[in-house]
Amino acid sequence: MTVSQTTFRSALLDPSEAVPEGLRDGADAPAGRRFSVYRNNVVVSLTEALQVAFPLVYKLLGGQTFAKLAAVYVREHPPSAPLMMHYGDALPDFLEQFKPLAHIGYLPDCARLDLALRASYHAADAPALAAEELQCAPKVLLEKTFALAPSTRILRSRWPLHDIWRVNFEADAPKSRAVAQDVLITRPEFDPAPHLLPSGAATWLEGLASGQTFGTAHDAAVADFADFDLAQALTLALQTRALTDDKTKDH
Amino acid sequence: MLDNSPRYDHLPAAPGVGYKPQHFAELRADPGPVKWIEVHAENYMGDGGRPLAQLRALSEQFAVSVHGVGLSIGGEGALDAEHLARLKKLVGWAQPASFSEHLAWSTHGAEFLNDLLPLPYTNATLTRVAEHINQVQSTLGCQMLLENPSSYLAFAESTWSETEFLTELVKRTGCGLLLDVNNVFISATNLGLSARAYIEAFPLHAVGEIHVGGHDEETDDHGAPLLIDSHGKPVVDPVWALLDITLAKSGARPVLVEWDTDVPDWPTLRSEAERAARALSPVQ
Amino acid sequence: MSNTMKTVAIAGAVAAAMTAQITTVEAAAKEKCYGVSLAGANDCAAGPGTTCAGTSTVDYQGNAWTLVDAGTCADIDLPDMADGTPRQGSLEELDRDLPA
Repeated sequence: MTVSQTTFRSALLDPSEAVPEGLRDGADAPAGRRFSVYRNNVVVSLTEALQVAFPLVYKLLGGQTFAKLAAVYVREHPPSAPLMMHYGDALPDFLEQFKPLAHIGYLPDCARLDLALRASYHAADAPALAAEELQCAPKVLLEKTFALAPSTRILRSRWPLHDIWRVNFEADAPKSRAVAQDVLITRPEFDPAPHLLPSGAATWLEGLASGQTFGTAHDAAVADFADFDLAQALTLALQTRALTDDKTKDH
Repeated sequence: MLDNSPRYDHLPAAPGVGYKPQHFAELRADPGPVKWIEVHAENYMGDGGRPLAQLRALSEQFAVSVHGVGLSIGGEGALDAEHLARLKKLVGWAQPASFSEHLAWSTHGAEFLNDLLPLPYTNATLTRVAEHINQVQSTLGCQMLLENPSSYLAFAESTWSETEFLTELVKRTGCGLLLDVNNVFISATNLGLSARAYIEAFPLHAVGEIHVGGHDEETDDHGAPLLIDSHGKPVVDPVWALLDITLAKSGARPVLVEWDTDVPDWPTLRSEAERAARALSPVQ
Repeated sequence: MSNTMKTVAIAGAVAAAMTAQITTVEAAAKEKCYGVSLAGANDCAAGPGTTCAGTSTVDYQGNAWTLVDAGTCADIDLPDMADGTPRQGSLEELDRDLPA
C-alpha cells in the first residue's frame, strides 16, 4: 500500500480522483478530507499567487471570474520552478487560446503588462546613463551604442494598453482611446512604472537594444514612422532612466 | 574597504521574526527584542531591485536565517540542480548565519506544487533524504537545519516514527534540526499523539532553531480536530507551553515567530517576539 | 534627409532632451527609497512570495465555468478600434461552459 509521489500528485490536482489508499488518519482509517488540506493548499496558494501577480487582469475580470480562470490555469500550468515571483509567464498565451474570455481582446496584452512590470521589479540593478555620454560631437554620437537598463521593457500593443492601465490604477484617468499604444516600462530605483511611448519610439529603443548605433536606430524609426520625434523619445528615455551606462553591454 | 557590518556564524539564542517587507522601516527603527530575521530563500533569488536591497540593509543590523521552501528535499527525483545553484549564489552573497529547509517534497517532474507535501517514513525515504541533505551540505559548504513537518495524515507504509527518522538523519548526515513546536502541536493533535512525548523523544542536542506560529482549527470527517498550519494568527497558549517544556530541556535556542498570512502590523508581531523573549529568559 | 541635415536635427533633439532631463533629475532623486513601495499602483509589483503555511480556505473543487461578477472591463467602453478590430463586449457573454 505504498503511495508514490506520482499517485499523490495526480490525486492532488484532480479532485475527482479518490484519495490514495495508503493515506490514513491517526487511527488508521482512510484519510478522507484530511487529504483535501493539501488539495486546498496547492490550488488556493497558486490562485492567490496569480491574483497578486496580475493586478490589472484581476481588476478587469473581478475576483470571482479571476478565480475561475485561475482554477483552470493552475492545473494546466503549475509553476515550473520554485520561484513564485515568475509564476504565470504562460498566462498571456493561455488567454489568447481561452475561448470563454476571447471576446476581451485586450486581456492577453494586459497580462503581458502585469508580467513586464513584475519582471522589471526583480531585474538587475544598473546605473542610469550619464548625460555626458550624449554630450559629444554629433558624428561621434551617431556611431555610439547604448544599452537598455535590465529593468526596461517595451510592449507593443494593438490595444490602448497604457490607457487601460491608467483607467484601472490612476484616479481621474481619462477614458481609453481607440488607438494602438506601445508601452515603456522602466524602474528608476525600485518601483517600475509604465509610460506611453510616442510614435516610432518602440522601434528606436528596440534598435538600440539590439546593438544598433544611435544613428542606425534613428534611421530605422524614421523609415517606419515619419512622425518619429527623437527629442521626445530621448527625453522620455532619459527621464525614465530607460538606458544604462553599463559598458559591458555596449559591444 | 572596511566592512563594519556584523557577521554571524550562528543565530543568537534570542527571538527572531519571519521578515515581511511591509515591516521594513519599523523593524529597523523599533526591533524590540528581535535580534535576527528569517527570509524565504526563493523570494531573494531575483536579479536585483528592492528585495535584494532590503536584505542587504537588514543584514547590517540583524543576523539572517535563510529558510528554503522550494528545494523538495524529500522529492523522489534528483534535487533541482538549477535551484541548488541559485541557493548557493544567495548563501554566497547574503552570508546567512543559518540555512534551513523542510522534511517534505514539493516538486514532481517539472512541476513545482507550492506546498510542503508529506513523506512516508520508510528506509527508502531515509536513504533518499540523507543523500539529498549530503548534496545540499556539500554544495553550500555548511551544515543545514531540517524542519519537522506539520502533518494532516499518515502513511500506512511508514516504519519509523518521525522522531526516530529525524534522529537517524542527523546521525547519517550531520545536519542540524529546526524544531517547529507549532508543527509538533499540530501533528500530535491531528494524528492523536502526545506532543510532550514527541519533545521527549526529539534529539534536542541537534536543534539549531525553534519555530512558533499560529494555526487554524478545523475538523475531519469524524468530527476530530484537524489543525491547519496557516501562520495567520497569534501563537496559542498550548504552543507557548510546549515551547517552555522544550526550552527547559534544550536550553536557550534561537526562537522564531512565523506569521505569513493575514500579516499583522509591526507592534502586534513585535509583541509576539516579546512573548518569545519571556519564554527564553528563564533559560538564559 | 542629407547627412548634414540629419546631424543638425539629431544634435538639436539631443540638446532639447538634455534640457528637459536636467529639470527632472532632482525630482527623480527623491524617489530613492528601498523601504516602502511608492504609494498606490506598484504595491503589487513584487508579485507573489513563497509560503510555508497551509490554508483553511476550501477552494479546490472543479473548474466549471459559470457567469460571475464583472470587474472593471465592463466599464472600459472602447469604440471600434481604428484597425477595424471590433469592440469587446462585457462579461455578460461569459455564461458558457468550458470546452471539454
